[in-house]
Amino acid sequence: MSLLGTHFNYVAVVVLMMIGLFIVFSSRNLIKRMIGLAIFQTSTGLFYISLGKVAGGTAAIRLDGTSPEARALAATLDPAYVAQHGVEGVVYSNPLPHVLILTAIVVGVATLAVGLAIAVRIREAYGTIEADEINAVARVDAAGAEAAP
Amino acid sequence: MTGFAVEANFALNIALLLMLLVCGVAIARTRSLMAAILLMSVYSLVSAVWLVVMDAADVAFTEAVVGAGVSTIVLLGATLLARGQTERHDWRTQIVPGIAAIGVGVLLVYAATGLPGFGDAASPANAHVGRAYLEQTAQDIGVPNMVTAVLASYRGFDTLGEAVVIFAAGIGVALLLGFGPRAQLAPLPEDLGDHHVVLRVVAKLLIPLIVLYAFYVQFHGDIGAGGGFQAGVILAVAVILHALVFGLRETMAAVPAKAARTIAALGILLYAGVGVVCIVNGGGFLDYDRLFSPRVEAMIPANLLGDPGQAHHWGQHFGIFFIELGVLLTVAATMVTIFYGFAGRVLDGEAKR
Repeated sequence: MSLLGTHFNYVAVVVLMMIGLFIVFSSRNLIKRMIGLAIFQTSTGLFYISLGKVAGGTAAIRLDGTSPEARALAATLDPAYVAQHGVEGVVYSNPLPHVLILTAIVVGVATLAVGLAIAVRIREAYGTIEADEINAVARVDAAGAEAAP
Repeated sequence: MTGFAVEANFALNIALLLMLLVCGVAIARTRSLMAAILLMSVYSLVSAVWLVVMDAADVAFTEAVVGAGVSTIVLLGATLLARGQTERHDWRTQIVPGIAAIGVGVLLVYAATGLPGFGDAASPANAHVGRAYLEQTAQDIGVPNMVTAVLASYRGFDTLGEAVVIFAAGIGVALLLGFGPRAQLAPLPEDLGDHHVVLRVVAKLLIPLIVLYAFYVQFHGDIGAGGGFQAGVILAVAVILHALVFGLRETMAAVPAKAARTIAALGILLYAGVGVVCIVNGGGFLDYDRLFSPRVEAMIPANLLGDPGQAHHWGQHFGIFFIELGVLLTVAATMVTIFYGFAGRVLDGEAKR
């Protein structure tokens, strides 16, 4: 296969990361920025999961190698491949990236909520969630504080 | 090695990734925050399907319930509170970020060409540490779901850290937004929602089923896909659905905010407590093989799990059971606390009513 065939997942993940980064950089709206950050974060997750995929593998839940399900799975693959890369006759995908990303997703929504809560408080304090308007209000406040004795 | 199943799997992978890219571009282009949030929900659902294709059943579960469920609700709540409907558009401010994003992307694509090919069983990640987990779980831990084994036992200390981060984030949101003071206000006429009869009837049917499903996911997590993180979020979704249909006041009478944050702390204590019990019995922190002293272990009937061959793994089975329970309590209660924070925030003009 060509390089794009074997590395398509990585390129797609990088493009998703670029989209997330672009939204974080270019958007002035704080909530839109958090959405961009979420896309950036999922792209990292997709990258890890892509690395852990094994061709012809199955979910990392132990199957008895002699069971009909395991035999049906092995029948679609070359026996030499199963013998080399399988564990007791079954080829599994790598469970470690799954563990890392599973917890990262739940931590991600919790930290997203903290970011959004800060955006809500900023809206209440400054009357806007547009970054440039917040800066303008902050400058006016600072100038007022300096003018006051 | 390449059979029809492998090829079909790869084609599905590419199709779903292209759909994710389309969603991502649409999110970047839209000016409406509401549209961006709903597209984000679609994005999460598509990525959950993609995760199933990637054999990551546990992660797909989590992404579906967190990405398409809770994070959409939190984003919508924040948008309502921040009154941010649309963002303004100015192409001049997008040139420098665009160049920066493309520059980083080009560098990363260049770096990615040095990675082992997609699906390579002999890559360093899959051939060494990943394979070691696959080979040793049966002897070391004894639970069929190797994701649960790695999450709860091999990397139990790491998972405790994740649970503490989630708890800390819940406390952070509660400190920023409060514990739902809006529920103390008189309910608005639209909150009573007599015109939502169909929603109420359907929700009454659905909520018990969602709770039951959460417990199935929790207690089946050793054997199939599932576990404390997924079950915790599903349980929280049942509470959130109740609040959306019956009003926050009713929900906070059933599940008080104080109970939610107490349960969140108890979950962490239960998790860390299991680790301390292991130390007391002569093992390391979270070393479940030493969860029971030999005297207690002798008292457990040999066929308790229906398989006498698992007798030497009781510490592991019970240790994973208890720490998953701790994760369930912390995650569910934290998600409910976060939801109360957003849904219970008093809007600017509302306090006067």
